[in-house]
This record gives sequence, structure tokens and C-alpha cells, in this order.
Amino acid sequence: MAGDAHGNAPATASRSWFRPSLVEGDQDFASVTRRVAGVVERPKPPRAWYIAITISGTLTLVLFSLVAYLIATGVGVWGNNAPAFWGWDIVNFVFWVGIAHAGTLISAILFLLRQHWRTSINRAAEAMTLFAVCCAGLYPAIHVGRIWLAYWLFPVPNQMSMWPNFRSPLLWDVFAVSTYATVSALFWYMGLVPDLATLRDRAVTPLKRFLYGFFALGWRGSSRHWHRFERAYLILAALATPLVLSVHSVVSFDFAVSLVPGWHTTIFPPYFVAGAIFSGFAMVVTIMVPARQLFGLKELVTVRHLENMNKVILATGSLVGLAYLTEFFIAWYGGNAYERFAFLNRALGPYSWAYWLMVFCNVVAPQFFWFKRVRTGLLPMVAVAILVNVGMWLERFVIVVISLTRDYLPTSWGHFTPTLVDVFTFAGTFGLFFTLFLLFCRFLPMVAIAEVKTVLPAAHPHAPQGAAGKEHAHA
Amino acid sequence: MLEPANTAAAPRGKLHAIVAEFDDVTAVTEAAKRVRDAGYTQFDVYSPFPIHGIERAMGVRSTRLPWIVLACGLSGTAGALLLQWWTNAVDYPFKISGKPLFGIPAAIPITFELTVLFSAFAAFLGMFALNRLPRHHHPIFEHPRFKRATDDGFFLAIEAADTRFDANRTRELLQSLSSHPIVACDEPADDGATPRWVRAGLVSVAVVALIPFALALASRFQDSSKPPFHIVGDMDWQTRYRAQAANPHYADGRAMRPDVAGTVAFGELATDQVLATGKTGADWTTKIPLTVDAALLQRGRARYGIYCAPCHGIAGYGDGLVAARASELQEPTWVPPASLHDAVVRGRAAGQLFDTILNGVRTMPAYGRQIPRDDAWAIVAYVRALQRSQNATTEDVPPAARAAMGL
Ligand code: HEC
Repeated sequence: MAGDAHGNAPATASRSWFRPSLVEGDQDFASVTRRVAGVVERPKPPRAWYIAITISGTLTLVLFSLVAYLIATGVGVWGNNAPAFWGWDIVNFVFWVGIAHAGTLISAILFLLRQHWRTSINRAAEAMTLFAVCCAGLYPAIHVGRIWLAYWLFPVPNQMSMWPNFRSPLLWDVFAVSTYATVSALFWYMGLVPDLATLRDRAVTPLKRFLYGFFALGWRGSSRHWHRFERAYLILAALATPLVLSVHSVVSFDFAVSLVPGWHTTIFPPYFVAGAIFSGFAMVVTIMVPARQLFGLKELVTVRHLENMNKVILATGSLVGLAYLTEFFIAWYGGNAYERFAFLNRALGPYSWAYWLMVFCNVVAPQFFWFKRVRTGLLPMVAVAILVNVGMWLERFVIVVISLTRDYLPTSWGHFTPTLVDVFTFAGTFGLFFTLFLLFCRFLPMVAIAEVKTVLPAAHPHAPQGAAGKEHAHA
Repeated sequence: MLEPANTAAAPRGKLHAIVAEFDDVTAVTEAAKRVRDAGYTQFDVYSPFPIHGIERAMGVRSTRLPWIVLACGLSGTAGALLLQWWTNAVDYPFKISGKPLFGIPAAIPITFELTVLFSAFAAFLGMFALNRLPRHHHPIFEHPRFKRATDDGFFLAIEAADTRFDANRTRELLQSLSSHPIVACDEPADDGATPRWVRAGLVSVAVVALIPFALALASRFQDSSKPPFHIVGDMDWQTRYRAQAANPHYADGRAMRPDVAGTVAFGELATDQVLATGKTGADWTTKIPLTVDAALLQRGRARYGIYCAPCHGIAGYGDGLVAARASELQEPTWVPPASLHDAVVRGRAAGQLFDTILNGVRTMPAYGRQIPRDDAWAIVAYVRALQRSQNATTEDVPPAARAAMGL
């Protein structure tokens, strides 16, 4: 790489130093701080923010009231009934857990793979992960009916002298999802600490200085601290990587370990993980495009970032399509009459509309990303991403509901219809998700300030003699 | 000139460090190397982001954090395996679908999750602990321009605690490295520690918060005759109708539904009227409709011991444990169980005894729900034997045995 910038002050570092679109415009350390912290420090957020939070806040209230209604009345307020004892509750749980995968994937796996382009999107994606886990975790907690007994899921010594059954996938699920939520929160918060210190040092009101300062834990940017910080970050990334893969595998065990035709297949873990990444990235694109427009972060979250994510969507979408084909092939090749029926029923049964809509959204729609224009155009990419979100929701619906309503004994077949409570609870989880996200955008740095600075060319020391061309190679 | 960081008015503690400021990574890295080469060890570089290679320049040794994480991760693994094995195979052996009580494959998911969880906490808490954070107060913050350290400034501080530290020589060294003014940071007079009353308050809150757990723990080692305490007593308020309760949904107002006309409930089909009701036509049968043999009598004796003896007594005199207790308490409403050796009872036909068992009589409750039909007949046979045993005459003794008994 060019060595012409030797000795320059960081503020004027030549752009030819680094791959041009990682960060756009002539950014130096101070301007990165200003750009990101500026979003939080603005006295008032843009009008659109108020409109958005009014809508999402209202939906959140709807969610809370419906959950209260459910707890007071019982799960009968949902459409779940024999034979579909799992309905939208589990569909939505799996949907949200899936979305929760992108954040940690971006922060952990892409970090280990040294994909520097993740830097300016990882913070927001991790936040999204946390908020999606909140929405996901809500469902299993409330679907147990008597939610005040939900602690039975944990190995708490109790007056009944009983312990949970550790050989049940449902219990594995409890551990997987709660571990995932905890580790993602730790990962996210740890990354935030140095940036909170930045906000603390820039805060003008005493309240802000106190709050940011309190959570910044007295971070002072000591190199000895940074050394341990980076090591801890690396370790957390290394831990989160298998964790991310394990979570959706375990979720898939909820189905695969049972004997219901259409569920009892070994392909489930990888198939679920691919689907989770697919839906997660689609959600990141759906959210980041408006967010970067709204908060003026176009130079940090560049089209190159979005394009890279779209490539991931294309790859995982194709994997998901392959999984659909494999399922059908195995159903035929396996020679099990029930299994064959289950899949024919998906494609031709009473819910075939859901199946074919799903195939369109998940398999056909992402293929448009082969075209660079679609991959880099804001509107087309959001359109595809939304289709993918719809498709992935339908996938869970297809798996849960179609399999349950028609299994072995035709006399026990049934039909599932959601109630209004189902529909509004689901809408409410979107409200919760977006409310949390909007609050995050308003009060916390949306982009990892310290981390973005490390990908600026000026972040890399070079010998004053100017004989260190090799050292720049990693920029 | 060495600028003091604190304003003159503020009370000052002893010198903490001498600080130099830099504008870019290259300069600060170079300065770190020079300070290291000058033999200093107690110095630190402050930067808004991790500087690549600064550890080497400063001579910082690699952190032992990975080892801490490894240890915690392994204890997570061991803890998870022990937990699953002890709870499901030892403390509460729990057979499910014929699976083994403990097996590695089924234990893998939770073992994995707990390993990751423990390691993650170790990495997170360990990093902050090794860094001695949270520490909201530090002398370096006294530096008037230190806010740049989280924005775009770089600082190098040599601490007074370093053995090679010498106010003048150290300052000269730093002056030769940085073009910014060199600043001395003092320890603040008050060490920034949390006030004593706050700490005392926190400790007492923590202690109070532990009391419920301590009580719960203590109760595990105490014997108690009270029923277990349920936080939520769901089982006590089940929404169902009790027997004999009223239910406005039905025209007849009864919660219990009579059999639909013309139907027979499962297991209640009576093809033999005598066997089922103890009656021939309108009269009680006097003959037991089953073959009375030793097996039947044994069965009857066992059932009698279970169902009748508590009230009527082993020998049938109405002096069972329940009756004895009731007369001891002198319960005014208590009707003593009849003695089965009363002339009246002895005069009852077998069918009527059978009916008494199934349907009860006056204050004696019905046992038809608990005692199957054939068992009821067995009891009747045994009661008959009991009655005969307590009212026997010499004629009842077989002639062969009479001589042996001296009769
Ligand atoms: C809960 C105590 C209790 C139990 C158990 C009990 N009885 Fe009674 N039994 C009574 C009482 C009390 C009476 C007297 C009822 C009265 O006079 O109001 C009675 C009366 C009788 C009589 C006399 C009925 C008559 O015609 O006057 C017979 C026979 C009899 N019991 C047989 C049995 C047999 C056989 C069993 C075992 C299946 C049995 N009882 C179990 C309390 C009991």
C-alpha cells in the first residue's frame, strides 16, 4: 500500500491508505467521535424519530396489556388448541430468536474472520440481537400458562424436592437462549464501555455526565487496560461463535427430537442456523438503511457494508433453498409414508399458500441480489429484506403449524386459526423491538466509536523514518 | 515548566504522575519505547482506542486473563455435568421414555452452554477486575486536557511510584518527546473512595437481602409437620365442581351428571342380579353367590383388615382405632360402629351385609367406590366366619378335635 502518508498528522491521512469505502469522507479521530456522539448529543432527534417512537410505543403498550390479559385469563386467548398446541407463540419465538443471530454473528464470527467491514455495523446489530432476544424470550415465558411457575424450568431447590428433566430439549432450550441472551449482553456492554467514556467526557449536563460516567466504570483508555480488553473481546468472540451456532441448533432440537412427521429430521440444526443468519441479516438491512439515513451516518455505514450483508443474505438464502429441496428429497427417499405425506401436505394441503409464499420470499427473492444494482440500491435491498423477513416468519409457521395440524391419525387432524390476541401480541413485539432500538439510537452510540477509529489509517503507528511500508499492510 | 493539574485552591495530595500529551499514534508509540528503554516500568499510555503493538513498545507482559477464563470454563463444564448427574440420577432419579438416568449425549447441550456462560462471565468480570475497574476516580482525570483521551488525544504518564522516578529527570525525558506542555497530576486529597456511610448502607442492605435465603436454607435442615409451603397455591383453588355441588348450567341444577337413560357406564354392566345387588327379586339373598373357600376367606380377611377394622375392630366388636379415638375424645355427635356380633347384625341376610358395604347404612359411609364387587362378597364371607367364631358352641367344634380340647 501507499507509503506517501508517512508522518502526516492523522487528520489529513491520505484516503488511499485503506480500502476506500470502509469509512467514507475525510474522517479523522475527532470527526468520528463527533459524527457518532453527535447523534446522541443532539438536543432533539429528527421528527421521524418522534413519529416512529409514538407508533412503536403504542404497540408496546398493546403488547403489555395483551400479556397482562393472557396471564389473567390463560393461554386460551390464543388460537392454540388441539392438535396445534403450539401456534403463533412458538412461531414467533423461533422467528425472533432467528433474527437475534445476526448481531452476534457480525460481532463474533466476522471478528474472528478479520472482516473489518463489520466495524461500523456491529454495535447496532448487537443491540438488535439483544432486543430480538427480549421479544423471543417473552414467548416461552408467557406460553407456559401459569407463568408464576416458570421458575420450574430452572434447577432451583424447591419444596417439592423435584428437579427439571435435563434430558429434555425444552430444557436445553431454556439454557441455550438464556446463555445466549446473557453472553450477548456482556459482549455488547463490554464493547460499549469505552464509548460510554467518550460520551461521559463530552457530556454537558451533570445528569448525563453522571449516568454515562457511572456505566463507563471509570474507563480511562489505559493501554494496559486496552490490552486486557482486546484479549477479553477476542475470547468473548471465540466463545460467542460456537454459541451462536448452538442456539438455533438447540431450538431446532425442540422439533427434531420429537416424533412429529416434518419435524423429526436430522437436517434441522444446520438448516435452522442458516435460516437464522438469513433472517437476522435481513432484519439488520431493514433497520440500518433507515437508521443511517435518519441519523446521518452514511459515511460510517457505507453502501459497501450493506452490499456485504446482502451477499450474506444471498448465500444463506440459497442454503435455505437447498435445505427445502433436501427435506423433500429425504421425505421421498426415506420411504416413510407419514413423512411423505407431511411434505406433500405442505405443498398441496390447506396451508399450501403459506408454503409457496415462503418459497417465493426465501428462495426466489434473494436471488435478485445477484444483480449489483439490487444489492447496492437502497429501496430494492430493503424490499428484498422485508420479503425475506416475511418468508422466514412463514417458514416457522409452515414447520410448526402445518406439521402439528396433520400428523398421524386423520381423526385428530385440525386447523389452526390465530385469534386477534395472537395477531396484536405479535404486532406488539415489533413495537417493543423498535421502541428499544429507537431508544438505543437516541441514547447510546450506534456505531462503535473506538473500534471505527482502529480502522482509520492514522490508527497504525509507523516509524518516523518512513521505512515501515510493510507495517501498513494490515490497514 | 511543570504545570500543576490541580487548581491552587484545591487541597493537594502527593504527586501521582507526570503526564505528556501526544497528537498521534506514531509519536506516542515512539515515546513509549523510549520510556521503556529508559528503564521505567510504572508508566501508562492512554489512548482513545487500542493501539496496535503498543504492548510491545511498552514492554507489557501478556495478560493471564485466558488462563482465568479456561479455569472458569472448565469449572462450568464440571459443574454442569455434576448438576445433571446429581439431580436426575441421584437426588431425584427420573426415568423418562426408558432413557438412562444419565448419559453424556443428552448432557452435551447444557454442559456446552454452561461452559460458555462461565467462560464469558470470567472474561467479562476478569477483564474489569484485572483492570481494577470500576474505579470512577483516578488522579489522571485531574489532567486538564485528559478528556481528549477518549476522543483524539494520546497521553503518556510516568508514575511517581516508579523506582527510577525523579521529578526533574523524568520531566526532561518527557519534554524531549512531546511538544505539548508536561503536566503533573497529584493524588486528590480525598482519595475518592465511597463515603463510609454509603458503604455501611450497602452492606446492611446486602445482609438484609440474604435473610430470606438463609431462612429457606435453614428450613431444609428442620423437621416440620406442616404441609410444604407453596408460594402460589394453585392446587387449592382448582376451577372444578366438587361432588354434590350445585351447577346452574344444568336444568336440574346438579354438577354431577346421572347416566344418560338407557346407557350403562363402563364396568357397571350387571348380568347377574344377585351378584351385583345381593337381591333375589325383592328379597335379600341368604347365600353368598361365590364359592366360599379358603382363598375367598383369606381375601375377605385382608380386605376386612383394610376397610372395616379401623371402625369395627379386628374382631368386629365395634372397637376399632377410629372408634377408640372418638370415644376417648368424647365426641358428642359420634355414633359408635355397630358390633358385628349383635343379634340384629347376625340376623341380617348375606345380601344385606353386601349392600351395607357397597352403599353404607345410616351413619356408616358407602364403600362401593373403593371395594370391587367380588371383594365385597369376600368380606361378607369373612364377616360370617367372624360372627360364627365369636358365637360358637361345642357343636361347632369337629368331633375329632373336641377330645383334644377336652370337651
Ligand atoms: C368409618 C367407620 C366405619 C367403617 C370403616 C365401616 N363401618 Fe360399618 N358401621 C359403622 C357405623 C358407625 C355403623 C353404625 C351405623 C348406625 O347405626 O348409624 C356401622 C354399621 C355396620 C353394620 C350394621 C348395619 C346394620 O344393618 O345395622 C354392618 C354390617 C357394617 N357396619 C359392616 C361394615 C363392613 C363389612 C365394613 C367394611 C367394609 C364396615 N362396616 C366399615 C362405621 C363403619
